Amino acid sequence: MSDILAVEQLDVRHGLLQAVRGVSFSVTKGEIVAFVGANGAGKTTLFRTIAGAHRPTGGRILFEGSDVTALPDYRRVQQGIALVPEGRRLFMQMSVRENLQLAGEVGRPGRWDVKAVLEVFPNLAARINAKAGNLSGGEQQATAIGRALMTNPEVLLLDEISLGLSPAAVGRVYESLKALMETGTTILLVEQDLNRALSVAHRVICMLEGNIAAEGPVEEMTRERIMDAYFGLHRAAGAGA
Amino acid sequence: MTDWINSIVQGVLLGGYYALIACGLAFMFQVMRIINLAHGSLAVLAGFAIWSIAGHFGISPFLALLVVLPGMAAVGWLLQRGVLERSARAGLLVPLLATFGLAIVIDNVLFEGYGADTRSLAPFIDTLAYDSWAIGNIYIGQLSVLIFAVAVAMLGSLSLFLSKTHLGRAIRATAEDPDTVGLIGINARKVNVFATMIAMLTVAIAGMFLGMRATFMPYSGGAQLVFAFEATVIGGSGSLWGTLIGGIILGVAQTVGAQINPQGFLIAGHLVFLIVLVARVSMPFPSWPMLFSWLRRQPS
Repeated sequence: MSDILAVEQLDVRHGLLQAVRGVSFSVTKGEIVAFVGANGAGKTTLFRTIAGAHRPTGGRILFEGSDVTALPDYRRVQQGIALVPEGRRLFMQMSVRENLQLAGEVGRPGRWDVKAVLEVFPNLAARINAKAGNLSGGEQQATAIGRALMTNPEVLLLDEISLGLSPAAVGRVYESLKALMETGTTILLVEQDLNRALSVAHRVICMLEGNIAAEGPVEEMTRERIMDAYFGLHRAAGAGA
Repeated sequence: MTDWINSIVQGVLLGGYYALIACGLAFMFQVMRIINLAHGSLAVLAGFAIWSIAGHFGISPFLALLVVLPGMAAVGWLLQRGVLERSARAGLLVPLLATFGLAIVIDNVLFEGYGADTRSLAPFIDTLAYDSWAIGNIYIGQLSVLIFAVAVAMLGSLSLFLSKTHLGRAIRATAEDPDTVGLIGINARKVNVFATMIAMLTVAIAGMFLGMRATFMPYSGGAQLVFAFEATVIGGSGSLWGTLIGGIILGVAQTVGAQINPQGFLIAGHLVFLIVLVARVSMPFPSWPMLFSWLRRQPS
């Protein structure tokens, strides 16, 4: 299968701090890839750079074979890359409907509209005219994912969608994601909850200090291998040997 | 007693003009968090443009306004792209200084072109400038009522525009979180340009009514800026309907101040502005819509 997204030797700096160091990977259409790693490993920076919110200092990003590295964030959305940012970043003074409509009006044409989003997130139907700032955490997360879907993305980046949610709310969001995954949308997700990540992903990429420390299909990535990469133990073991 | 009622009525109507001139300033502050210190000078610029066209072609200022509106939209485009966008990159203070400088440039260019004579659009509107309706001993100026009606219509249209249109929603979203709108496909830069263009359209309308209700000269912008700023702050710094309330409070304060003492017109307005400013800074002060919503919920 052809790659829908390819990241080649990507470097990203925040001032003096290099957050992402020469990261390369590719994703095929319909694949679900989970990014795991400790805080500060560079996952959020990597996602924001793919979405166009950060400019890389080196490397390139290819989307459907075209170099999109120089495109601003809003152009990448129009190309088919959508990010659900960490912290949701909804427009809190606007209603759920307005949040969804706004994204739908500028996004690509496709299957997602307000009705389709409400089918995936039925709990939003009763809250459609409520201000986003008055929603529960789970409802806000569902709105944030729905807002990204309204742009009809080919690649959906989900950054820490379970952050700050109760276990029940996380369960509901992931239940809805299963319906989304059946639509064949390519999904990259950052997730701290390893079990959740492994339950939905086809492939896992483990990041450490801005690098990819380990990657592979879910079946090959044992818990021990992931934890070793997560804490950098594979490096220590290599040095010891 | 009639004198006091008259003062309040005249103050409310004067508030309509203040809301009109403050509308663009509040709109830009709400969307871009920029205080445009050239606001008053731009209104005077629009006033001179309308005066020139109306005088040259012998047409009504309302027709001249139709010519000036696209010009002021273009000024808005230039202002955003050439001054505000560039200066905003350097921090919050730089747009303030840049627009202050722009105000000086506009004032002096107008002075070079038109000299120090005062002008007025009143001669172009026949008796509308002074016709009034008499209700008992209270005289209500037709022009003042027109200005108030236009202010309400303009604020209502802007509110509808912001809630019902895509561009309006994009403007509200950009005002709330300019860093996130790009992630849902909106070009924040373009949205800010449109917002400034819309603000300049309101400035053109305010400039026309400034010329109809009073005389103006190249250096009149400073005073207009002060009134607009005071109405904006009293109204809640960026709330559109709050701007109307702010304008009315300022207008009533001035006319009541003048009723108490003929020299109290300006002082009373500034005093109310200072009291509201200190109250807003030193204690939690609800916005006017919040206050009204709270009052509506109270059992009668």
